[in-house]
Amino acid sequence: MTAETAVGTIGGRAAKFRTCQFTGLKVDTAAQTLIKVNAVAAVIFLLLGGVMGLLVALTRWPAVHLLPAELFYLVLTGHGANVLLFWIIFFEVAVLYFASAILLNSRLATPKLAWLAFLLMVAGAVLANVAVLRGESSVMFTSYPPLMAEPIFYLSLILFAVGTLIAVGIFFATLVIAKEEGTYEGSIPLVTFGALTAAIIAVFTLASGAIILIPTLLWSVGLISNIDPLLYKVVWWGMGHSSQQINVSAHVAIWYMIAALLVGAKPLSEKVSRTAFLMYILFLQLASAHHLLAEPGLDPSWKIVNTSYMMYLAVVGSMVHGLTVPGSIEAAQRRNGFDKGMFEWLRKAPWGHPAFSGMFLSLVMFGFIGGISGVVLGTEQLNVLMHNTLYVPGHFHGTVVAGTTLAFMAATYLVLPLIFQREIVWPTLAKWQPYLFGIGAGMISLFMMGAGTLGMPRRHWDITFSDAVIGYEPSAGAFLMMGLNGIGALLASVGGAVFILVVVGTVLFGKKVQSGHQLTFPLHAGGGKAASEYGSHATTKLPGTAVLVAIFFVSFVLYYFINWKYLSELWLFR
Amino acid sequence: MSDTQSEETGPAERQEPIPMMQRILDSPFLLLFLGVVVPTVLYTIWGVMEVASIPLAQ
Repeated sequence: MTAETAVGTIGGRAAKFRTCQFTGLKVDTAAQTLIKVNAVAAVIFLLLGGVMGLLVALTRWPAVHLLPAELFYLVLTGHGANVLLFWIIFFEVAVLYFASAILLNSRLATPKLAWLAFLLMVAGAVLANVAVLRGESSVMFTSYPPLMAEPIFYLSLILFAVGTLIAVGIFFATLVIAKEEGTYEGSIPLVTFGALTAAIIAVFTLASGAIILIPTLLWSVGLISNIDPLLYKVVWWGMGHSSQQINVSAHVAIWYMIAALLVGAKPLSEKVSRTAFLMYILFLQLASAHHLLAEPGLDPSWKIVNTSYMMYLAVVGSMVHGLTVPGSIEAAQRRNGFDKGMFEWLRKAPWGHPAFSGMFLSLVMFGFIGGISGVVLGTEQLNVLMHNTLYVPGHFHGTVVAGTTLAFMAATYLVLPLIFQREIVWPTLAKWQPYLFGIGAGMISLFMMGAGTLGMPRRHWDITFSDAVIGYEPSAGAFLMMGLNGIGALLASVGGAVFILVVVGTVLFGKKVQSGHQLTFPLHAGGGKAASEYGSHATTKLPGTAVLVAIFFVSFVLYYFINWKYLSELWLFR
Repeated sequence: MSDTQSEETGPAERQEPIPMMQRILDSPFLLLFLGVVVPTVLYTIWGVMEVASIPLAQ
């Protein structure tokens, strides 16, 4: 097998493809190019959004308080759009093309339409940044009416959503082509199933966005006189929170993919893991309601059914993945010969491989920080403890930054040699990068959650409320947390800068991967097969995973009940 | 004789019904339907009805 491109057939149709020398997979070159351009666009918007994020953190750092108020809200809006939408969704489109065309050995459906999708997304993302930087659209990520942005701001988001919807459609079309042309046997692999979950959630997300942003655009140009703020919130959060559920599904799929490619891990049970994804498909979007738990206009039954009942079913799905991902790694490592004691499999895991370390840190922090805090926020009674405080950004930095972004960074260390076909430059820097970024992201999440628990408001430039009629000043401990949050942001920024440096250096100057090349960060010999074929490797000999899961459950229960205790002390019923 | 038997059991094995759950999980468009309808009904439509039923201030 060589890395060179050849003209051949995929599923009986002529297409340009190459056979990957490391995974044995047929790579459609049209899909490969589209994965590259979407990944590059993602990294550009990560850079932009990351710089804005650092400016936000330095302004929230009381001793620094860098930006004036107007610039703070402008930068906060840009930060949200660039990292929560553009970085994440460009990368997810790359994941969708990889999980369909590459993992199924198929050609990509309608590459020309995929280019149109990409151009629409780029146009939308660029226009949104122009709108924000002009200074007339500082409405923050949520853009709640009656705050009104320039029409171009809403138009740009609609353009971006239409482009993404086309890309999602191409993913579904590629699944159909692969099945009809028989490029795989039986069921699709689990990684592709995870991507399918992300694509399904994306359809609901983008439909919700269209339903609310089109009338909001008409309102901003004066064709509609009024947008009901509560109605806007309900429908907008169908997009705003569900867009983050696309991330969860995509990064869980990436966890399985990295585990397969690096240690040859197969799912412990295809049935169980797929059922966990099914829980996401049915119930994960309903967690959007937790943003509205403090709204007086909505009935408690709507709130409780959507969060405390349905959302918990999706949480069960996450906990299943939290068991099966490390479990499949443990099982594979034991098969690889690391079978001594309880934790040799973990100690001798490829911690020097940035894809593995990034993936595992993402798994741990998503579960312990983002996951547990998400359940607490989704409980109606506990939600009042930290609603609209800095706890909320702390929670979603635990899911989207420490969880999704770190997982996507980890995946990039595989995309570079396998898709860009470039050897990673500065491998020592690359080895340290996930730790720098991960620890920084973990600090940001924990200290924002800590400050929020102590009453620190979110979305405020002046956290001391110095000109408020009724004064309120957060405690000294909360201010300390804000300083520590700033230090965490600096650390994460260094990690982010190293990531950009390594990616750009590799794409521009990395040694071309030729036939017979030995990768600096090698894959498992059976990794390609493990990632691209249906099948489980069932075992119950997972003592290490059992201990890790037990630690998780103890932490979960303790933190949950500590918050109930805290609530009981704030609301004294006598 | 044994050859005959194996020929007879071969198609029978292939005709073994696929479990319903697997058929659901193997149907991307059924999953798409469920994944859009469930949140649309439970979250969006119910939520919009809640907002619409708030009485207007006099």
